Amino acid sequence: MTVDTLRLTAEAAAGLLDRGEVSAAELHDAYLAAIGERDGELHAYLRTLDEPNGEGVPIAFKDVVSTRGVETTAGSKILAGFEPVFDATVATRCYEHGLSLLGKTNMDEFAMGSSTENSAYGASHNPWDPSRVPGGSSGGSAAAVAGGLAPWALGSDTGGSIKQPAALCGIVGLRPTYGTVSRSGIVAFASSLDQVGPLTKTVRDCALLYRIIAGRDPCDSTTVELPAPVELPEGTDLEGLRVGVPRQLNEAEGIEPGVKAAVDAAIQLCEQLGASVGECELPLSVEYGMPCYYLIAPAEASSNLARYDGVRYGYRAPVEGGLTELYERTRHDGFGDEPKRRIMLGTYALSAGYYDAFYGQAQKVRTIIGQEFRAVLQDFDVLVSPTSPTVAFPLGARTANPLAMYLSDLLAIPPNMAGLPGLSIPCGLAEGLPVGLQLIGPQFSENLLFRVGHALEQAIGFDSVPERLR
Amino acid sequence: MEITREQVQHVARLARLELSDEELERMREQLSAILEAVGKVAELDLVDVEPTAHPLDLVNVLADDVPRPSLPREEALANAPDPEDGFFGVPAV
Repeated sequence: MTVDTLRLTAEAAAGLLDRGEVSAAELHDAYLAAIGERDGELHAYLRTLDEPNGEGVPIAFKDVVSTRGVETTAGSKILAGFEPVFDATVATRCYEHGLSLLGKTNMDEFAMGSSTENSAYGASHNPWDPSRVPGGSSGGSAAAVAGGLAPWALGSDTGGSIKQPAALCGIVGLRPTYGTVSRSGIVAFASSLDQVGPLTKTVRDCALLYRIIAGRDPCDSTTVELPAPVELPEGTDLEGLRVGVPRQLNEAEGIEPGVKAAVDAAIQLCEQLGASVGECELPLSVEYGMPCYYLIAPAEASSNLARYDGVRYGYRAPVEGGLTELYERTRHDGFGDEPKRRIMLGTYALSAGYYDAFYGQAQKVRTIIGQEFRAVLQDFDVLVSPTSPTVAFPLGARTANPLAMYLSDLLAIPPNMAGLPGLSIPCGLAEGLPVGLQLIGPQFSENLLFRVGHALEQAIGFDSVPERLR
Repeated sequence: MEITREQVQHVARLARLELSDEELERMREQLSAILEAVGKVAELDLVDVEPTAHPLDLVNVLADDVPRPSLPREEALANAPDPEDGFFGVPAV
């Protein structure tokens, strides 16, 4: 049978396999054919596997997920040629459920970026308009799913790296509650923020994949058991739901009018589906979320990236001198500009004399952000906002100015600082490009986010196949 | 917030990161701009606020004390750039 990879959901693919209408090998080949056709333009993948390694639905992993014997670079030259000797727990869980690895997707180096332009292996392109970025850092995963090059994919999100590319590519992305998905075997960026999560075509696929990867892992002491099993959303109404519209997240400077219009329409839809909608305030979280994030994440990164020293794995610079020179030259040659900037920023924020004023203060701001969200979530079940202030921007538009790039995650960052889950679903188009709606709930409220996301998805009827590929 | 070349050099040394003269100057300019933006956190009076290191309320997570095999030596060395006699090779310290 002919498989339309642009439209096939993972749930439908599982149905085809169950009924014997297609084999895992045929499915794998169908995606490889699509990749052969379109990935020259999109560059979603860093590498693909010739043969399926399971009997189930194919999946793509962001190249931050360690895969035994399959090169894993995290988008960095410093890890070129690195072949992990074990699988990340999330990979193992996928394989135990029969999922079959299609390949590893492109990303900003060490997940630091919002466009994939920081990849050492070249940028990915947005399937809706290849002159534009797919978002990042999980841009390869988002482009693969939106472009019909994978039915679903794993990404990772530290400061918006799943939600933002999902929004820019017109697909569904979940940043799970911190601690629900194992980080064992994930190339570390900022450990108190990093979470792995699904990028999918539908909210139901998102719930299915989250069900597979979530749960406590003895290899990651920051993981916990889920308080309740993951439910597949069915309903189409929002009766009794209290939807909060945080003013600062919806009126922030830089939100494009087309983005605002699409999100406002989705908020009206919530009311039509039976929800009550009210405005609320997050006075400090949005204003101080970004500065807080850009101290804490680089500080943790500067520590995590200390391991790339040219000794145990990865790139080693050819040097004549001693050990210190080896470290310094290896890191100079191996890291791209963005990791260098963050290592420097983080090292500065942690260094003697500056620790209290920068890192220590940022940790206190983090407490305030958590308190603000908890207070608002007493009055509302879910909060809504745009996921990204803008639609996908042209390649190169923000590369010269790091601060402009950082603003891409202005709205995605605040809930992340509080450890809250966030679901981005497509809610319409602005100037022909997808707009993402961010749904934020309390910790461990994924089932609620899936229910709300599913109901809205049905009502919105967004076609996730890019117009130019229909 | 302007930082000096000497400060950038000091931080680069702490981070074991070589920077060329040109990179040092660019880093100085960019770090100054970023620190100006993130320095905003200093506006808040948070003397009595407890810091948050981690978003979950977890304390002292202990693993069962059960021995299990460690990574075999050849696997641990499989990605080493310069393994030598079963060890990680490095230049003389």
